Amino acid sequence: MAGDTLTSSEYIRHHLTNLTYGQHADGTWGIAHSAEEAKEMGFWAIHVDTMFWSILLGALFLYFGKKIADRVTAGIPTGTQNFAEMLVEFIDDSVRGSFSGRNPLVAPLALTIFIWIFLQNLMDLVPVDVIPALAGAVGIHFMKVVPSTDPNATFGMAIGVFILTLYYSIKIKGVGGFMGELTLQPFSSDNAIIKLLFIPINFVLEFVSLIAKPISLALRLFGNMYAGEMIFILIAIMYNAGVVLGLFGGVLQLGWAIFHILIITLQAFIFMTLTIVYLDMAHNEH
Amino acid sequence: MNINLTLIGQLLSFAVFVWFTMKFVWTPIMGALDTRRKEIADGLAAAEHGQHEQELAKERAKEVIREAKGQAAEIVNQAQKRASEIVDESTGNARSESERIIVAAQAEIEQEVNRAREQLRRQVAELAVSGAEKILRKEIDIAAHKDIVEKLAQQI
Repeated sequence: MAGDTLTSSEYIRHHLTNLTYGQHADGTWGIAHSAEEAKEMGFWAIHVDTMFWSILLGALFLYFGKKIADRVTAGIPTGTQNFAEMLVEFIDDSVRGSFSGRNPLVAPLALTIFIWIFLQNLMDLVPVDVIPALAGAVGIHFMKVVPSTDPNATFGMAIGVFILTLYYSIKIKGVGGFMGELTLQPFSSDNAIIKLLFIPINFVLEFVSLIAKPISLALRLFGNMYAGEMIFILIAIMYNAGVVLGLFGGVLQLGWAIFHILIITLQAFIFMTLTIVYLDMAHNEH
Repeated sequence: MNINLTLIGQLLSFAVFVWFTMKFVWTPIMGALDTRRKEIADGLAAAEHGQHEQELAKERAKEVIREAKGQAAEIVNQAQKRASEIVDESTGNARSESERIIVAAQAEIEQEVNRAREQLRRQVAELAVSGAEKILRKEIDIAAHKDIVEKLAQQI
């Protein structure tokens, strides 16, 4: 537990606050010491913990990926190469299944998304207090170790995917084709005037569905991981409430963690599959 | 839960990670997989080709054997024919030779007979002449009656 003097709500709040670096209200730059301070920093602040953990995990993945790729052989594969090939073939199958066009970017993108999100989510299985307590011991107040419970991280990826979607939509269909897709359907008419009248209606509908893609993509992952994290935190509170509840909490945490293994993999897979599907839609005419 | 600069940071690191994965992780591994797939396909194709070749070779070997058998039979036939020819030929030769020998022998015999007959005739003539000479010694001149005697001797 972070401290016995904290109340439950303070404990939860403490766990849900990022380590934020930004400009204080008095104009100096530094780490925020409370959730309110962090909020006041506005847009020009950065979540050091989210950045640190996500980049660390990503770098870890890339390091091992590169190490395997450097030793990769077309002959008889061994050990880690088998594992890497299994992953690569799994991703490749998923891409071939959902993506009908030809684009060398999509499969590596899917692999990166799957592994990175999986690793970020995996941090959720580290007991909620371990890393924050270690960080607290070296004087860091806030430490949120699961990057995918930070909407910045999920929106960052979702916006990246969205930009690619827009880029390929315009590249494949042209600006006119893309605008036509936004304005000339679902309602259409042979009469030119009615067609003209339909344009704003179509645009509103299609624009909402266009924008809904990255938002739902980001919020789905964020919501799932945030809720999962919250449940871990709530279970962790039980450890303070006596031996019986503490033991019960231990059982609950184990159960939830096992169930969570499914969720973290599933969420990573869903994010990846939807990315492939969105990019496929960008490559195809309706 | 504030949206802030972290968003941009995450976006950028995401882009870098994707780029890195594409360049240094995905491409080599996928390349190895493709190479292996191709190698296996080539190997299978080569095996099938080899099997086909073997079948063809078997077929060819059978044909060669059959041909060789035919040739051998032909050679044996020819040899037999030649042998009987030789036998026939030598038989013919022997026969004609023997005939020739017989003819020669007969001729010789005849010659001998003639010669013996001649000698006999001459002796008889001489004998007759000497007999006649003895008989006629006193009254007949040898020189005057020699040709009459010879005519006589010739009629024997």
